[in-house]
Amino acid sequence: MQETLKLVTQVFGVSGNEDEIRETITNEIKKHVDEIRVDAMGNLIAVKRGKKKKIMLAAHMDEIGVIATFIDDNGFIRFSNVGGVSQLTALGQRVRFRNGTTGTVSKEEKLEDIRGLKLAKMYIDIGCRSREETEKLVRIGDTANFVGDFTVQGNCAISKAMDDRSGCAVLIELIKSLPKTDNEIYFVFTTQEEVGLRGAKTAAFGIMPDCAIALDVTITGDTPECDKREVKLGGGPAIKVKDSSYLAHPAIRRELENLAVENGIPYTLELLDRGGSDPGAIQTTGMGVPCGGISIPCRYVHSPAEMVSLEDLENCVKLTSLFIKNYK
Amino acid sequence: MLIKELTDLNGVSGNENEVREFIIDKIQNLCDSYMVDSIGNIITFKKGGSSKLKVMLSAHMDEVGFIVSGHTEKGFIKFKAVGGIDDRILPGKKVVIGKKKLGGVIGIKPIHQQEREERQKISKIKNLYIDIGADSKDEAEKLAPLGEFIAFDSDFIQLGPDCIKAKALDDRVGCAVLIEALKHSYDFDLYACFTVQEEVGLRGAQVAAYNVMPDVALVIEGTTCADVPDVEKHDYSTILGNGAALTIMDRTCYCDRELVQYLYEVAVQNNIKVQYKQTTTGGNDAGQIQRTGTGVKTASISVPCRYIHSPVSVMDIRDYEAVERLTIAALYQISKDKEFLRQQ
Repeated sequence: MQETLKLVTQVFGVSGNEDEIRETITNEIKKHVDEIRVDAMGNLIAVKRGKKKKIMLAAHMDEIGVIATFIDDNGFIRFSNVGGVSQLTALGQRVRFRNGTTGTVSKEEKLEDIRGLKLAKMYIDIGCRSREETEKLVRIGDTANFVGDFTVQGNCAISKAMDDRSGCAVLIELIKSLPKTDNEIYFVFTTQEEVGLRGAKTAAFGIMPDCAIALDVTITGDTPECDKREVKLGGGPAIKVKDSSYLAHPAIRRELENLAVENGIPYTLELLDRGGSDPGAIQTTGMGVPCGGISIPCRYVHSPAEMVSLEDLENCVKLTSLFIKNYK
Repeated sequence: MLIKELTDLNGVSGNENEVREFIIDKIQNLCDSYMVDSIGNIITFKKGGSSKLKVMLSAHMDEVGFIVSGHTEKGFIKFKAVGGIDDRILPGKKVVIGKKKLGGVIGIKPIHQQEREERQKISKIKNLYIDIGADSKDEAEKLAPLGEFIAFDSDFIQLGPDCIKAKALDDRVGCAVLIEALKHSYDFDLYACFTVQEEVGLRGAQVAAYNVMPDVALVIEGTTCADVPDVEKHDYSTILGNGAALTIMDRTCYCDRELVQYLYEVAVQNNIKVQYKQTTTGGNDAGQIQRTGTGVKTASISVPCRYIHSPVSVMDIRDYEAVERLTIAALYQISKDKEFLRQQ
């Protein structure tokens, strides 16, 4: 798990630019599945054939980042966010473009009150002295991800893009240790989740599954002075009850809870007051898809140092595995 | 001029009939068939030499405006916005109400009657009213019933040698481009869709795209242009006179990167002025079309419009021509390259 997680978190894949991460995942899984295809939105769809129910398992492979919108005469790059990027989190970070060009994110000096900071008043410095020099490395429309090394300490891993490469890692591990089942399993690595659950919509339409489970990270309630939430790091998979795009399908949620209890897997319930996720897009596809969410507790979501528990990831693999094996 | 004719028509979202009838008259002999779907989109079909590829062109017929929401005892009209409108530009503007184009003006309490605080505050739409010259509630209700649509009253005029001012450039410029594009023949099946209700949430396009299920879609639009005093260069979005604007990403759509690059190259090869839209705000039908079915390769080509969503939108005719030329050149190029596009 640790090696897979390290591999997938560090690859470039800002929303709408998922080519590299798609290729990395394809290489990891192609030996273990019956079919692989890519749809027009760039979703990677891997199929394990079976005769019974069509189950879609989804994790999004895009990550948040920034996009260059303007290059000034002195070679500084103005940018906009791709997905939820906080100006305070972005300040002082390194960003890396697809071609490896690295820059520092800074702000206009005249700002008096940090509370008034906006991305529009910030820029990326890649150390070039003129527009011409910068344009050789970065063009308008190029995207960059935040730099955040992969570190493991005890049972915790810290990296950029745990959202949602940790979900991708769970799916990859599951593909490699697939339980025996007659169900037909669609492993979908979706695109553009961070900009509005876009890839999951077309992927689900193409599959029209009998049911679906999406795996994504969720924020925890176990850090100093944070809002009260049951979800905690090391507390096991969080079974999604609701977020702003989704209410859990009661039968799927009940099944996930029963499986966890019967098999001694620790779990918590996730009730997210803001933010949506792929189940919201999947469940309203076609005539409707019963859909569940298994969430990975993650601290510091949308920062370059997102933290997850390796033990939680293993338990997510177990729970998902039990689900696809038992679903009738 | 086609744009003059189109912008003289009224088509506030949900009330696109006048525009629809005009367009049907223009296109009925340019396509193999057309239909009006239940939400009101016109979907035209032009058969190509081969049917291996389906290309959708999309432009919305609707424009921002208002709706009658109430009447005062004295016969003034209360109203609400339909689509995104900056309240501050409203006082003193001329409007027309309903199909009969009943005239009215947007009024506000006289300045000397306003308290100091009121003067400093921005006037909100709820404090404004429309004066249609009625002197009782009954009369106002008869002339402008509840729910009637209201459009800006603004003439098309030339500004300087190259610019024009009109209302509803967003998106009658796109409608004009689609009509022109239908005059040519291509090697793929073309569906030119004139959509409704874009300004209230990309609604018509969602239905049209589901019906067509295209492989590729080009959305032709009017877009923001902020190259005006007191705006920093990096916030310009687009620049008037710099040609057709290609969207990379906005709030609703991350355009297909290969298709955007393809359009850029077609522009360069054909000596058509082209620019990238440099902000990521706004949104258009591309967002809905892209997510239809199993996904559609989608891009937007836009005419920069200053003061968009106001009665005095300004555009450069040369930018419009660049968008028209680029759209048609791209369709011809796709005609030749259709296998290439299908494989991507």
